[in-house]
Amino acid sequence: MSGEVQAAAVLGGFSESEQQEDARGPVGAPRRRRLGLGDWLLPAYTIMAFVFLMIPIAYTFVFSFNDSIKSNISWRGFTFDNWLNVCNVEGGAVCEAFANSVIIGLVATVIATALGTAIAIALVRYRFRARSVISLLLFLPMATPEVVLGAGLAAQFLALGVPKDMTTIILAHTMFCISFVVVTVKARVSSLDPALEEAGRDLYGSPSQVFWRITFPLLTPGIIAAALLSFALSFDDFIITNFNSGSTSTFPKYIYISASRGIPAEANVVASAVFLFAIVLVVASQISRAARAKRLAKLD
Amino acid sequence: MSVREFAERGADLQLVGIQKRFPGFTAIEELDLTIPAGSFFALLGPSGCGKTTTLRLVAGLEEPTRGRILIGGTDVTDTKSHERPVNTVFQSYALFPHMTVIENVAFGLKRRRIGDALGKAHEALRLVELDHLAQRRPQQLSGGQQQRVALARAIVNRPALLLLDEPLGALDLKLRRQMQLELKTIQEEVGLTFLHVTHDQEEAMTMADTVAVMNKGAIEQMGAPAELYELPRTVFVANFLGQSNLFTGEVVDTTSTALTVDAGGTRIVVPTARAQRHRGTVAVGVRPEKVTLHTHEPAGSADRNVVGPGRVLDVSFSGVSTQYLVDLGALGTVLVFAQNVGFGPVAALGSEVWVSWEIMHGFGLDDVPGEAGRFPADDSTTSIAAQRRDSLVSELEEG
Repeated sequence: MSGEVQAAAVLGGFSESEQQEDARGPVGAPRRRRLGLGDWLLPAYTIMAFVFLMIPIAYTFVFSFNDSIKSNISWRGFTFDNWLNVCNVEGGAVCEAFANSVIIGLVATVIATALGTAIAIALVRYRFRARSVISLLLFLPMATPEVVLGAGLAAQFLALGVPKDMTTIILAHTMFCISFVVVTVKARVSSLDPALEEAGRDLYGSPSQVFWRITFPLLTPGIIAAALLSFALSFDDFIITNFNSGSTSTFPKYIYISASRGIPAEANVVASAVFLFAIVLVVASQISRAARAKRLAKLD
Repeated sequence: MSVREFAERGADLQLVGIQKRFPGFTAIEELDLTIPAGSFFALLGPSGCGKTTTLRLVAGLEEPTRGRILIGGTDVTDTKSHERPVNTVFQSYALFPHMTVIENVAFGLKRRRIGDALGKAHEALRLVELDHLAQRRPQQLSGGQQQRVALARAIVNRPALLLLDEPLGALDLKLRRQMQLELKTIQEEVGLTFLHVTHDQEEAMTMADTVAVMNKGAIEQMGAPAELYELPRTVFVANFLGQSNLFTGEVVDTTSTALTVDAGGTRIVVPTARAQRHRGTVAVGVRPEKVTLHTHEPAGSADRNVVGPGRVLDVSFSGVSTQYLVDLGALGTVLVFAQNVGFGPVAALGSEVWVSWEIMHGFGLDDVPGEAGRFPADDSTTSIAAQRRDSLVSELEEG
């Protein structure tokens, strides 16, 4: 995708230089802008890209109001029923899958974020044996194809005789989330001036006070980003989950299975709700950031 | 000494046989140092000489490889940083960006559970004239203001020992003077012991009662600023603390009062009492402002060294004084600082001149330039030129 955007930017730049040549026309002649190829190509391309990106989301949202019977492919009329009775269809299977996904996401995120943050701090702040080896190994879960990772884990659980349920899913998710947490938090720790923690120690802060009052608050933006990323990855994961879930249903797994016989509109409802929730979260954080910037500016 | 209460007064600091090795290099070879309570002590040296490591050892941010650290007679070598009655003003200030100015200043008091932390913090901010900015974040302050907050955050704790790591380095000249004065005033009021680390000889000399010149992990010479300047004992001190004209030669005559050195065929006399070595090859020197420039050969005198004739290589007029670089042939070059008591320079570029100085102003060093590879040969014309260029650059930066 980014390559295409770059290509569009190059096209735009080309048209600009063309315009400059136009401006060097005869003195006194009215400056008329000839509409170049780039003048409409870039906007048109941009709009097309957005439409392309938005169609699946728009479809999901619109069809959550479809008065569907069995499959939810053709439009049959507008209704709020799907939104109002989201948990009453198929014995609440959609809602159960959704709830499982949320629980798995939350637990895996908390564990992965706590462990990952500790690992990131250790990797940046301390020199110990096998430090570089550990750094490298942490990249492996990100580099390995999910199918391999999922199948490998499933084989281990089988060999150990561990029954596959929610716990095995949480273990699997925690494992691959840790890598992403370490990478995200490590960047933040590296940019943290060690003198700040030293100043904390110098000002009579015990090691735990220094961590909770200085290190942790300063790492918070990185930790939050890591946690959001973890949750999104966990909530979204299908491949690894499918290998290690046994009979436990998660939201992606439910959708995948029901896709073969027609996805119920309730799935659209849940997906739309998640999407709206994410939008509200982003907008709220932007507003609060703007308000804070304004407050700080006022102090000057 | 508990950190739960304020220090009554400054405490003396003793470093006994300190050695600090890092993987790959030794920062401090062997250091013994006693800083009396209530003094303003400066550790002066070039970057990499081990002065900042010394400071960090005292603060408890590094552990010595060997040796003991005593504060007020108590051995603190094995105590952690937060258990020592010591506070540091960091070179980078290290203000906590997520706290307001007042929260920064009150941080140490709150950790020690000292009553009325906020009141005392405001008082400290008033001392550095920043109480009106108490609710700001550090990043909303100028560099000079941040520095004063860092200072307030340290002194509010009334430590027995205050460590300053080049705290005035980032300030402009005017603000630096102001802060120097403030530090002196605070020290006199509160009676703390100050340990100041700097590479700025002027800062060290104007502020400290005692200056220790450090080089390559060891103290070269220690004493009152004037004493160090007037009677340097090593080539490093002679060149690092101000500038020196150094001549190396064989001792040819020694009496109880005077030592005569033959340097490249010229006889130079220094007082025996001001010479560290009395036989063999020695380096003798004189400060540039003690040297007088003559356009005619002066009459010989028993209490002056007269050298010449030589040629003026360079003249640089700086208003109050003029610097001349004189080529004396086999003796090398001599730098002369002359006050402009008349109008303009007295000797033109390329003219023939003689130089002279009072014998009592000369000094004899313990080592010679380039000896044992420990000290760089700093008496070459290129290094004098480089030194002068550096001082010009720093003047420009300060201006």
